[in-house]
Amino acid sequence: MRRGPVLTGSHFMHGDHACAEGALAAGCTFFGGYPITPSTEIAERLAERLPEVGGVFMQMEDEMASIAAVLGASAAGARAMTATSGPGFSLMMENLGLGIMMELPCVIVDVQRGSPSTGLPTLPGQSDIMQARWGSHGDYRLAAYSPWSPQEIFDLTVHAFNVADRFRLPVLLMADEVVGHMVERVVIPEADALIYWGRKRPNGNSKEAFLPFAAVDMDLVPPIVHAGEGYRLHYTGLTHDEKGYPDMSPEAHQRLVSRLVDKVVVNQEMLFKTETYYPDSARVLVVSFGSTARSALRAVREAREEGIPASFLRLISVWPFPVDTLRELAANVDAVIVPEMNLGQLITEVERYVCVPVIGVNHAGGEMMAPEPILEAIREAA
Amino acid sequence: MVAPILVDEHPLDNLIRADRMPHIWCPGCGIGVVMRCYAHAILARGDELDQHVVVSGIGCSGRVAGYMNLDSYHTTHGRAIPFATGLKLANPDLHVTVFSGDGDLAAIGGNHLIHAARRNIDLTVICTNNFNYGMTGGQAGPTTPLDAYTSTTPYGCPELPFNLAHLLYAAGANFVSRWTSLHVRQVKADIMYALEKPGFSFIEVLVPCPIGFGRSNQLPNAIDEIELYRERCQLADGVEFDQLGIDLHGDQPIYVGRFVDRSLPPFTPICLEETA
Repeated sequence: MRRGPVLTGSHFMHGDHACAEGALAAGCTFFGGYPITPSTEIAERLAERLPEVGGVFMQMEDEMASIAAVLGASAAGARAMTATSGPGFSLMMENLGLGIMMELPCVIVDVQRGSPSTGLPTLPGQSDIMQARWGSHGDYRLAAYSPWSPQEIFDLTVHAFNVADRFRLPVLLMADEVVGHMVERVVIPEADALIYWGRKRPNGNSKEAFLPFAAVDMDLVPPIVHAGEGYRLHYTGLTHDEKGYPDMSPEAHQRLVSRLVDKVVVNQEMLFKTETYYPDSARVLVVSFGSTARSALRAVREAREEGIPASFLRLISVWPFPVDTLRELAANVDAVIVPEMNLGQLITEVERYVCVPVIGVNHAGGEMMAPEPILEAIREAA
Repeated sequence: MVAPILVDEHPLDNLIRADRMPHIWCPGCGIGVVMRCYAHAILARGDELDQHVVVSGIGCSGRVAGYMNLDSYHTTHGRAIPFATGLKLANPDLHVTVFSGDGDLAAIGGNHLIHAARRNIDLTVICTNNFNYGMTGGQAGPTTPLDAYTSTTPYGCPELPFNLAHLLYAAGANFVSRWTSLHVRQVKADIMYALEKPGFSFIEVLVPCPIGFGRSNQLPNAIDEIELYRERCQLADGVEFDQLGIDLHGDQPIYVGRFVDRSLPPFTPICLEETA
């Protein structure tokens, strides 16, 4: 039976499959990828499902080809996605920069595993979270979301496509092996209930006068046109002017790179996503993300049962980093605790913005973090 | 002194971005000749220009995308073919041409090249081969002939070059030809043919690079390398694929011609029948 793009209903669903279904629900019609544990099930699901909705599934020869094909498909107007894990994510860093520079919307999923190098292929990690921010060379900003459940993988994949389209950005979904391989209830809404932000399109000016890289609006996002629409435009990874032509002057470089960074900064209120638990009169704040946030919330609840006033900030958008929310919650606490499945990455970002001791709860990856060490850290800090 | 001939219109006015001129290529470079063949091929086909897309990688040949007045994508080093693959699959109505150099396509992009040929995806690839990395100042590449001098082979190139025709034949391309920038009619005709032919087409065009390659190899002027082509080029007639490699020693022939023209099934995405 041929199914439609939105599998409305309540499912007992694998996290990677929920990601694939989120992509389809968001209108994804192109996937280019290369098998890699623990993200392979996303590709397998889309190999089955994309032909059902008239989309194209392409298994490429490597991850460099995968992201290049995704950008090419996006340039032709398709909603396009790839999915990988750490080693493949490293290979994609080159063309992540091209996507930033050409401002081509796309979604890149990293189901993180134990790293560095080949690391722990089948076991979880959260050690690509700084690579998500800084992995490609040069100055840039983007949006990266970190789901904590199969349901949220579905929701955030839809959201990632919306953000990518709306802001002409590559958007990262930084899942991890725990949530990627977790099977839980996933509720997929009616197709009519899904919200599509869509791409900004030119508003009727002449094709000749259209400038594909001019920030005509306050949001600094130029409207986008696609190959074959008659604009006959030039896109390059070189520094370029508003017309897209290469311009090697320091002034042009300053103008372009500043706008690409500012584009994310001025729109960050639309990009932030956080969840706050027990924000009032806490002494200890716990900040976490992804699967580790599940254990962190449990630890916070147990601490509160013991009478320790602890609060919890869950970062759903890791990048851009929600500085104001963190500062507000950290304003009156004695300590901030940052559990993460790496040896201390996001903690450095927290340390930049708060004035109280920041304590990391870390392990290098390989198993889901247990609530106990987090609870212990809360007790010690309180 | 010959007086310049001034004209108001040129047949390629609509195909080349005059506001991007002058181009960056050195005097004597052959890439512009091949770009002109590409432009004339499109003109002769009479297509709407909106239906053509050019994708290039990095290097001197990569700049073609900036000069053609088409939807044009100047991508990262080696990645033109996979970018073009995604673009073509997302809009199969477009004629997608990859125009890039030997280093971009066969070294850093070599894996993509053979896999695109294996898939037999409907792309036209024009590969200008100047035997070196010209943009970075004349280093050895995957096509640099044995014993040739470059800035990274100061004692002569110790490696054997790729025989691209043999490689593409083995990988599965539907159409493979080789010419030089002296063969403008053949190059234009093959581009027209390749644009029409389903599946993967690969047109290699040897081009002089007097600055990056010729100076170090007793071919200081472009005309010297053109003269070498004229003397040594032979139409390959019954020549085995493994004999199509390029050797600049002595008076070895440089074989040109249409080496492969076959009809293996081109890549077609899976399409499910509608069910009631």
